[in-house]
Amino acid sequence: MQKRNISPNNFEQCVKCAICTDFCPVLKVLPSYPGPKHGGPDGERLRLKNALFFDSNLKYCLNCKRCEVACPSGVRIADIIHSARDRYGEDRPSLRDWMLANTDTMGTLASPFAPVVNGALGLGVTKSVLDGVMKIDHRRTFPKYAGRKFTTWFRREAEAAQAGYKKQVSYFHGCYVNYNYPQLGKDFVRVMNALGYGVRLLDKEKCCGVAMMSGGMFDAARRNAAVNLASVGAAASEGRLTLTTSSTCTLTMREEYPGVLGIDNEAVRDDIVLAVRFIFEAVERGEVQLAFKEGFRARAAYHVPCHMEKLGWSLFTRALMERIPGMELVPLESICCGIAGTYGFKKENYERSQRIGQPLFDNIAQVRPDFVVCECETCKWQIEMSTGVEVRNPISVLAEALDLEATAALNHQ
Amino acid sequence: MNNEYDVIIIGGGITGAGTARDCALRGLRVLLVERGDIADGATGRNHGLLHSGARYAVKDGESARECIAENRILRRIAPHCVEDTQGLFITLPEDEEAGYGLDYQQRFIQACRDAGISAEAMDPREAVRLEPSVNPRLIGAVKVPDGSVDPFKLCAANILDARLHGADILTYAEVQSLILEGSAVRGIRVRKRRSGETAEYRARVTVNAAGIWGQAIVRMAGAQISMFPAKGALLVFAHRVNHVVINRCRKSADGDILVPGDTVTVIGTTSTKIPFEDCDDLNVTPDEVALLLREGSQLCPTLASTRILRAYAGVRPLVAADNDPSGRNISRGIVCLDHATRDGIESFVTITGGKLMTYRLMAQMATDAVCDKLGVSEPCTTHTALLPPTVDNAFTAGTPDGELVCECENVTMGQIRSAIRNFDIHSLADLRRRTRVGMGTCQGTYCVRKAAAALAEAQGSPADARPLAEEYLGERWKGMMPVGWGDTLREMEFMQRVFKAGAPSTFK
Repeated sequence: MQKRNISPNNFEQCVKCAICTDFCPVLKVLPSYPGPKHGGPDGERLRLKNALFFDSNLKYCLNCKRCEVACPSGVRIADIIHSARDRYGEDRPSLRDWMLANTDTMGTLASPFAPVVNGALGLGVTKSVLDGVMKIDHRRTFPKYAGRKFTTWFRREAEAAQAGYKKQVSYFHGCYVNYNYPQLGKDFVRVMNALGYGVRLLDKEKCCGVAMMSGGMFDAARRNAAVNLASVGAAASEGRLTLTTSSTCTLTMREEYPGVLGIDNEAVRDDIVLAVRFIFEAVERGEVQLAFKEGFRARAAYHVPCHMEKLGWSLFTRALMERIPGMELVPLESICCGIAGTYGFKKENYERSQRIGQPLFDNIAQVRPDFVVCECETCKWQIEMSTGVEVRNPISVLAEALDLEATAALNHQ
Repeated sequence: MNNEYDVIIIGGGITGAGTARDCALRGLRVLLVERGDIADGATGRNHGLLHSGARYAVKDGESARECIAENRILRRIAPHCVEDTQGLFITLPEDEEAGYGLDYQQRFIQACRDAGISAEAMDPREAVRLEPSVNPRLIGAVKVPDGSVDPFKLCAANILDARLHGADILTYAEVQSLILEGSAVRGIRVRKRRSGETAEYRARVTVNAAGIWGQAIVRMAGAQISMFPAKGALLVFAHRVNHVVINRCRKSADGDILVPGDTVTVIGTTSTKIPFEDCDDLNVTPDEVALLLREGSQLCPTLASTRILRAYAGVRPLVAADNDPSGRNISRGIVCLDHATRDGIESFVTITGGKLMTYRLMAQMATDAVCDKLGVSEPCTTHTALLPPTVDNAFTAGTPDGELVCECENVTMGQIRSAIRNFDIHSLADLRRRTRVGMGTCQGTYCVRKAAAALAEAQGSPADARPLAEEYLGERWKGMMPVGWGDTLREMEFMQRVFKAGAPSTFK
């Protein structure tokens, strides 16, 4: 009788089965949290009646999206909660929130002084000040700033050679690769070059905005989104896909831009792909060949980051890793590590963050791997800090396991 | 409870509740009897529209004036039952073609002003800003002081206040006959439906406020009244689509009022004459659903794709004018009959017709008639005396009373317990009318077990939780059936799956 009965109000598809409630890691450690069902679709309906039904406890949402993965009705629960914080939340972001959210600005400020900043961030006295004044927990280990940004390295050392490749891709490196861990970006460029692809930077790249959204700065995130989508679109118009190495940046640009920020990214959404997926599919189609080093041996545990779970792409990583001869890959139970980006840095969240991740830490201790494979940089900080086990991006693992010269030879015929 | 009263009121709808309150406030010893739960007839089966009176302004200035006066009174005496949403009367291009264009709008505005209703023409774009869900094709809009009213709360508040002033309230007691002595009504004989016992109650005056069922009461006194049951069907949409009441600025027709009430939006209504025997078991037909959806989408296009929670229907107690028993000249106005002058039956008053909006005025008229017979000269104060809250609301999260029972409607265990303490609750439907438990998206699937357990425990028979839950789900199911497609169908399937064991009879 109704021509279309799929309401644009996605919360109406909820049948109140409450499965999401069972998958919420916050609810397990914070009983006063409303939970995904009541904070999401139930709450949305109540908030439409009266904005006073907004529960400020929703700021404790990790945005892990495990509720959405669990939902049999396709309700975008975390998006609903996030959007409600945007629309109804009254907490003003603090200086701390601003600094944690503006990864670009902080990275640009810190990079030239990396040794000093890194040294200072490691000092007990700095940590006490950050803890006391800024409410950034003193127990948290800060990711180090790199002395030379990835983009600086790329322009000086790699860019000139890229035009020599017939096939081209663009790279969205993200803040982490640029300011904290350029090695991953270098690994990516080496692998792609070996596969026969030249790598280009985007015309203009901004932080994907995930940290801003987490800190409640939705308009700033919208501005970044516009810049990134324009750049991805420009690359696509020249026939280049935009590859990524961070699962969170990928999910943010593909899913959160429309779902939370209300920005239509339909035209370029599928041009944003994680490198692991791209490589796996290219190998499957026979477009590229891989040659591995003799004698590579590793026992690795695979942690599926929440946003990888939401993308549904962890199988690409697993399949690619399992192609490596000598690789023993042990899948860990898929649960949230607890850090959720900048969430776990905040003093008020630290304890909860560690309690959420504890079962994962225990699982890793039990498996005793050489390293953990994981596509997310903040999971890396959390797991390394909490277990002492090194965490590697699958692209870095690939860079190490591949015989790059032999691979390049195979792909340049 | 003694057996002698100044006045017995038959009917626990809004009219009876209001009359009981007015009589109690004027110092009378009052008994109200209701065959079911309070507010489970027409009172709870309407839009919940706090009429400004604008709807009646052109055709029936007197009704319009009554409405706006009562509208102002209700905002004052029952702020907790009323929401000041404002209302729009919109003109669509097709209304213009049908002769209800902007000329009619001018007539409408003038008629509103003549009745004392503020009516302000708005630019269509301004109307869209005020109510973004309104049909953007509108060519004109008039803003009026409509609102929404919670009829369950309003009725319960009147009942509570009557009781606070000494009235006895007897629910689930059906009047079997009137005690007639000579030409006078001296009381009632009732059968208590829960225990099966019968009892007699005597009073100096008896008021018939039984709505459509009042025709049978009049017959018990040996007189006749011609009533015509008119079914009105309504649809409940799953969330608040609009925040301002939306009406069509034209002659009243089916499905032309869209009211935001509590967490939902309600469209209605239809008007179909039905036989008396159908009054106790109303069903909404596919044609009615189609008509309401079609008309609703004219007011607010997103209704075409919005989930519908359920369909329901009520019966208007339309009364034929005494000189025209054929029913051709039906009144929607208030009918207050003193059967002494009309039929020669002493001590018997019938109050009927009217509408939710004018219940207080109806109660005042009935109470005036009662006081007249009893020689009581206390003045009416219901236009200024505030109504009390019905259920305690503030419960702290983390305490047993703060535990959420119904997550869709945010009903706490404390509210459930408070309702059970304050009212005569026998079923989850009774509890729903007091608290909204199970009125939300899942129609009780999620909360029914908790609510049934709480009620069964309060009744001292924890083993009865299951039948309570099954009865309730059966009632919910009935309302979902006429709109059983899309997400509502998925909900029904889920409900059925969860409660398969011992499913309500309608499930089998």
